[in-house]
Amino acid sequence: MGRITLDKITKKFGDVEVIPPLDLTIEDGEFVVFVGPSGCGKSTLLRLIAGLEDVSGGEIRIDGSDATMVPPAKRGLAMVFQSYALYPHMSVRKNIAFPLRMAGMSPAEQDRRITAAADVLNLTDYLDRRPGQLSGGQRQRVAIGRAIVREPAAFLFDEPLSNLDAALRVGMRLEISELHKRLQTTMIYVTHDQVEAMTMADKIVVLRAGLIEQVGSPLELYRAPRNLFVAGFIGSPKMNLIDGAAADKHDCKTIGIRPEHISVSPESGDWKGTVGVSEHLGSDTFFHVTCEGIAAPLTVRVGGEVDVKYGDTIWLRPGPEQIHRFDQNGLRIA
Amino acid sequence: MATKASRSAARLMMAPAVILLLGWMLVPLTMTIWFSFRSYLPLRGGDLGAAGFDNYVRFISSSAFWPSIQTTLILVGSVLVITVVFGTLLALLLDQPMWGQGVVRILVIAPFFVMPTVSALVWKNMFMDPTNGLFAHLWRFFGAEPVSWLSDASLPSIVMIVSWQWLPFATLILLTAVQSLDGEQLEAAEMDGATKLKRFFFIILPHLSRAITIVILIQTIFLLSIFAEIFVTTGGAFGTRTLTYLIFQRVLESQNIGLGSAGGVYAIILANIVAIFLMRIVGKNLDN
Repeated sequence: MGRITLDKITKKFGDVEVIPPLDLTIEDGEFVVFVGPSGCGKSTLLRLIAGLEDVSGGEIRIDGSDATMVPPAKRGLAMVFQSYALYPHMSVRKNIAFPLRMAGMSPAEQDRRITAAADVLNLTDYLDRRPGQLSGGQRQRVAIGRAIVREPAAFLFDEPLSNLDAALRVGMRLEISELHKRLQTTMIYVTHDQVEAMTMADKIVVLRAGLIEQVGSPLELYRAPRNLFVAGFIGSPKMNLIDGAAADKHDCKTIGIRPEHISVSPESGDWKGTVGVSEHLGSDTFFHVTCEGIAAPLTVRVGGEVDVKYGDTIWLRPGPEQIHRFDQNGLRIA
Repeated sequence: MATKASRSAARLMMAPAVILLLGWMLVPLTMTIWFSFRSYLPLRGGDLGAAGFDNYVRFISSSAFWPSIQTTLILVGSVLVITVVFGTLLALLLDQPMWGQGVVRILVIAPFFVMPTVSALVWKNMFMDPTNGLFAHLWRFFGAEPVSWLSDASLPSIVMIVSWQWLPFATLILLTAVQSLDGEQLEAAEMDGATKLKRFFFIILPHLSRAITIVILIQTIFLLSIFAEIFVTTGGAFGTRTLTYLIFQRVLESQNIGLGSAGGVYAIILANIVAIFLMRIVGKNLDN
């Protein structure tokens, strides 16, 4: 079981309030991702849940019982750190065994669990090596192994993939998602990368300056961002946000349209513009188009390869159902 | 150093330093070995001709020889243990965030800047003097009989003085090592259920092992030749005569340069035996 409830928790460092009162419930077995720009308090929030920082107020409940003052080791949570935090002087086997040894488990039971974990994570051949002799991805797996053997109520991940190269990151993303499907254990995952959030999460928590901007499934956030911040943060390339005359037509302060929801035509459309830089990815093409009457250049995404050159004039038409409208306060108008 | 020309140029430019250092070491060494085979008594006729191994036999068969070796090893060993243990604890303490950290650190380092002769004099006269010393006052305050440190507990007194001098060195090196420990490792260990004590023994101490090795090696080199502290305090009396001090007495007090030189060669051998043992025991920490 791993149901975690945060009840009006706050965190202050001196006079600076990093996290204003915050409520959140994480259901058992859920994969929750905290996402936000750096300095938004997402790592602090994770450390509060882990018990590595004391809360300044409020209550943390794990499976219904108050864990606010419980020391980290007793909360039944396991954490994977950004730097992996492996013990460099111990072999992989001893690293993974460390939490079991500290719990005073019998050597036979330790062995059984280590073998099982090594099997799941493809570490069997590396058990006698030192962390220094492993690649980044392998170290990452050892860190996850050390978390798995404890059979925790929930896993906490603190930006675990940010030290890996792009190709490895995609691979580990899949491995962690698969691990979650197999173990069905609650996982809380902190990242600043919205792609990781979109691909892995059951539920995304978007944070800004310690405040929860929106909570929802990846597609809920994609389809109906609650405000301008979430609209700009979720989705890649970013949503085009347009003020002025174009927005007035829709009775709002700002309209947002995602690059993939704009259609391109050489003859007619709503907005006439000049093509700037275009990025050809093979599967997609991104144009940056400067339109008449719109201040910032718009990003447009077109599937496949398209023959449009720098300086060409084209017409754009936003999908009418896919325009997001926002009021003066940046909040979504339904 | 890519090309042949730059390599030979590099050799040429390093040559003066290498030759100077080599000469600095070789000339005294050769002279010591040479004198150790001569009967050389400056006040009784100077160089009186070859002596064979007489000096070596006399030095080793003197009743003062083995006690001096023992004293040397006890002195070096005790100072090493005290400085490493207290150095580690002090380093952990100084690593804690506290008010006035910078000032406290400088104060802790300060004894290292005091010259050995001066610090020995300060200890002898201000702390350990049986009538006017601070310790004597402290003892009397609690109604105890003051200890005459340098005659009744002479070797422990010198261990105390030398440890006080070298503790800052150990603390400084170990403090930098403590600071280089990744905080996330300690947090991971905390989450893994390690108590504070277990975190110290399983995480911090292994991390410090390399720094401790360096402290031990460097200190041993300097501690084997401790002289000023003994000269100023006990003058080698009350069982504080180390091998270094014995050699000094043979050369200057007995005016027998041949005998002293033979002792010097024994000191070289002792230093090498200690070094070999040390490298065996702790040197493997420097490998990986």
